Amino acid sequence: MDDIEAIAELRDPVRRRLYEYVAAQGHEVSRNEAAEGVGIQRTLAAFHLDKLVDTGLLETESRRLTGRSGPGAGRPAKLYRRSGAEFQFSVPARDYRTAADLLAEVAEAARLDAELQGAARRAGRAAGGPVEDLAAAEDLLAARGYAPLPDDDGVVLRLTNCPFHVLSQQHPGLVCGMNLALLEGLLEGADGLRARMDPRPGLCCVVVDSSKNNDH
Amino acid sequence: MPGHHLAQLNVGTLNFPLDDPRVHGFTSMLDTINALADQAPGFVWRLVGDGTGDATGVRTALGDDVLVNMSVWESRDALWDYVYRSGHLDMLRRRAEWFQLPKAAFQVLWWIPAGHVPTVDEAIERLELLRAHGPSARAFGFRDVYPPEEAACVNRA
Repeated sequence: MDDIEAIAELRDPVRRRLYEYVAAQGHEVSRNEAAEGVGIQRTLAAFHLDKLVDTGLLETESRRLTGRSGPGAGRPAKLYRRSGAEFQFSVPARDYRTAADLLAEVAEAARLDAELQGAARRAGRAAGGPVEDLAAAEDLLAARGYAPLPDDDGVVLRLTNCPFHVLSQQHPGLVCGMNLALLEGLLEGADGLRARMDPRPGLCCVVVDSSKNNDH
Repeated sequence: MPGHHLAQLNVGTLNFPLDDPRVHGFTSMLDTINALADQAPGFVWRLVGDGTGDATGVRTALGDDVLVNMSVWESRDALWDYVYRSGHLDMLRRRAEWFQLPKAAFQVLWWIPAGHVPTVDEAIERLELLRAHGPSARAFGFRDVYPPEEAACVNRA
């Protein structure tokens, strides 16, 4: 399927809400959970979820949620998660990825880490506004595509999407260093919030810590 | 013993002597980073100098000012997750502060039979192979990993 066709599948507002719900959860989502999350019937959710799998926007796997197996354990539940594929479409045609990869290759060979981090910090500072608490940081980072997810205690924001994913796989030292500096710049004025590196498989390399106590 | 493990060598020249305060950021992180490697999933072995906990004292034919780092992993993904998806990445992003700009390939990967402990000479041979001929099944980089089966055929040939 062409990228434009996959993207066009998100035209349907219900389907789009389902996609966004599943993508934001940070864990695999069952049909029931997705239906409840979006507030629609389970059968309708199942239809749209499977459509999203057909287009490659979501991936699925079957697992028994009860942990039982063998006869009588029931049919395994279908679980959905955001797929690893990327879809892009631009009119007129643009190819910033090739340009970015070439620039990164040269910056890497010349070890321009410090210069790139400096530029990223300045860009972050220029784009950042007043961020008063972790919830505001969450909004800011969501708007920039990081798909932030607060941990259970509400003191750490984990970033479940890397906006520079392909580039960060090609040039991790360079690009993750740039990403941290960009986020540090964005949060520079935010009292009690700190971006730091805490890379884990499948997540963005940076987390945001809040040292402020929640008074309310 | 069946199966293959992935061996890895990377080399670098510090901007300043090891005891210089300007590379303290690097030296002070070593114990933590090495402990992280030892506990990382898929970690098999790493080079350690005599009577020390790391490889900063190991000198090779590459020169007295060249630091070497060498380790063995169960798979490419295990090594990748340690290098780029653990606390090690925090050290990596600051490499330009401490290390000179490499003039040639500074990291090489190659497959070894599981159980084999690679020697420093063997590792340098692989690095020089990569530097002279580019990536091949016998010496490659992260971006052009060859499957172990191919390496086994080449090694036998």
